[in-house]
Amino acid sequence: MNDLSTSSQITYQAVPIRPGTIRRIRGLSDQALAWLFITPTIVLLLAINIFPLVWTIYLSFTNYRANRANAPTIWLGADWYQSILTDPDIWAAMQVTAHFVVWTVLIETVLGFGLAFLIDKKFRGHGLWTTIILLPMMLSPAVVGNFWTFLYQPQIGLFNYVVAFFTGREASSFQMLGDVTLSPWAIVIVDAWMWTPYVMLICLAGLRSIPDYIYEAAEVDRASNWRQFWSITLPMALPFIMLAVLFRGIENFKMFDMVNLLTGGGPGSTTEVASITLKRAAFESWRTGYSSAFAIILFVTVFGLANIYVKALNRVKSR
Amino acid sequence: MKQTVKALLTACGVLASALGVGAGTTPAHAQAKTITLCWAAWDPANALVELSKDFTAKTGVGMKFEFVPWTNYADRFLNELNSHGSLCDLIIGDSQWIGGAAENGQYVKLNDFFKKEGISMDDYMPATVVGYSEWPKNSPNYWALPAMGDAVGWTYRKDWFARPEIQADFKAKYGRDLAVPKTLDELRDIAKFFQGREIDGKKVYGASIYTERGSEGITMGVSNYLYDYGFQYQDPKKPYSMDGFVNSPGAVKGLEAYKELYKCCTPPGASNSYMSEGLDAFKSGQVALQMNFFAFFPGLYKDPNVGGDKIGFFGNPAGPATQATQLGGQGISVVSYSKNQGEALQYIKWFSGGDVQKKWWALGGYSCAKSVLNDPGFPNSAPFAGEFLKSMGMVVDFWAEPSYAQLLQAEQKRVHDFVVADKGTAQEALDGLVKDWKAIFKEEGKKF
Repeated sequence: MNDLSTSSQITYQAVPIRPGTIRRIRGLSDQALAWLFITPTIVLLLAINIFPLVWTIYLSFTNYRANRANAPTIWLGADWYQSILTDPDIWAAMQVTAHFVVWTVLIETVLGFGLAFLIDKKFRGHGLWTTIILLPMMLSPAVVGNFWTFLYQPQIGLFNYVVAFFTGREASSFQMLGDVTLSPWAIVIVDAWMWTPYVMLICLAGLRSIPDYIYEAAEVDRASNWRQFWSITLPMALPFIMLAVLFRGIENFKMFDMVNLLTGGGPGSTTEVASITLKRAAFESWRTGYSSAFAIILFVTVFGLANIYVKALNRVKSR
Repeated sequence: MKQTVKALLTACGVLASALGVGAGTTPAHAQAKTITLCWAAWDPANALVELSKDFTAKTGVGMKFEFVPWTNYADRFLNELNSHGSLCDLIIGDSQWIGGAAENGQYVKLNDFFKKEGISMDDYMPATVVGYSEWPKNSPNYWALPAMGDAVGWTYRKDWFARPEIQADFKAKYGRDLAVPKTLDELRDIAKFFQGREIDGKKVYGASIYTERGSEGITMGVSNYLYDYGFQYQDPKKPYSMDGFVNSPGAVKGLEAYKELYKCCTPPGASNSYMSEGLDAFKSGQVALQMNFFAFFPGLYKDPNVGGDKIGFFGNPAGPATQATQLGGQGISVVSYSKNQGEALQYIKWFSGGDVQKKWWALGGYSCAKSVLNDPGFPNSAPFAGEFLKSMGMVVDFWAEPSYAQLLQAEQKRVHDFVVADKGTAQEALDGLVKDWKAIFKEEGKKF
């Protein structure tokens, strides 16, 4: 009792409030107080999110170039949007992006869920294995990009030697990054290597959230392992899997760093994903208006797809 | 107390040294002011650091250097200029930047300064004045002092060429002596001859050439073929008119020849090679021939493994139409956003001095001053000096328009698509390039 009263005294002594301040706060309505607390956040959001977005939308209708800020800005209407949506190079970049997103997400989901399923079995040393599996996602994409560039080197790279060992082909007879057919797969392999652990982690959280008593009830009902997997594990882990797919899908739609390091979009334009095209237009060609329009198109695409997906996710969760 | 303060200051000093505070600045004595010079991170930049110590000693103005690798050089410094940054007081900017930098007010115009200080552009090699200083081209409007002359050239393994068994093999195959190639066809034959050959128990390859996609690599490489085969950027009589010049039958053949060289004679994995990859390939003894800028040749000559008697140098060989080569190199400019323009101009004045230019060449930089290059002893002053001089007499540069980056990107894409990614034909690639360039110039409001 004595201890409690002492600590109360200390608290009141540490935060002295002047009577005038108390009067002022007491005089504020709940709504005013709410505004007081959320205003800094709103100002911050407006400054770093909303204003740049509105400004980008405005620029996308003009001929503005950031490297010629003093030149007159001409209103172009929807010209950039029209030219982007009818440009075969842009569609080619979108196709490359789609190929990259679909295959990476598919591979990462299948492998990530499989690994999570294995790790969830809590075999001996599973903690160590979990840490080892998680290592790639802890690396910086810049490190991963450079590291895999060496691995893919046809003459000294380990990757070619491993393939040569299993196939009998000469190691330097093929190049993963310089070949039109192989290079899109080369970047898929690297992304899958790096981000499968992330999907595994989310799936593992899903698997661990399934209560044991459900499996116990299934055991009592003599449900086979296969039946338990299809009727309990997969449906209950599905919202988590879908969440992982959403995160990876959005991330890979805007993939830039790793592809830039590995192939720079080449050979030719074989691996030129949309973000590389956008970066070239914005910061190499300085076509600010054009690249703003392209950024808005990409934003609307991702936003639209993500919204549809989230609705589906909510439907699955509510089942 | 005094002792404690002293100990603290000493500790701070030691900590600052350990953390490298002040690294990259010229050393030692108290300086009135420090200016920053921005350039690419390569061998000549180290020579410039050495040279600039004399400037600091003479004027008391300290020098700080901001060097960025070539692959990020344009991105980094054009961003800096476009954002009106004052990081660089002096910049050694690429020759193609001059149009944009002049028109966007990023460089200080130097005409009045040159006049006041008695610096004459007649004292510099004409090609370097046009390439590095003037905008618009061929007009007396100067935005830079020619600082680092450069062009694309070739190195070869002189020791391999000299081996009797290799010479005999070559003669048996091609009916002529194995010697420095005079034409691009001869160069291809030599590259083919070495491709896959075993030398000293090691498999070697023909040539390392520029194929890089991301910045400017493949354009800087293919141009040496295109020019020699008759490519021209525009109708000399009708500016910006490109049909039949960019995509002339000769240019198409030149592009095909470059692709042939890439396919037949480069090491595996050379689909994205530029300067440093070329150096690696040559220094590791992988290739018999290497395309690269002359700027690297002093360093290569000093290389303990492939330098000295083992290396030879030659300018770009002739093609069916002419003999030309891609201009490299840069001029030194004062950035208009600099707060230290006085000191920066002082540096340019000092750098233009005859003795400084001589020392610049001696340290490994390529002077553009006639006083150095026209010296009778110059061609024999280094094994590559004569070829450099010859090359500077046949240089052609890429567009230096304000929209050069867009023009460059278009060529990078079209050429890489054809040469490396096997997309379409050479004719389609160059027709596409004309279409892209026309669209860019149209957007710029040019009439053609």
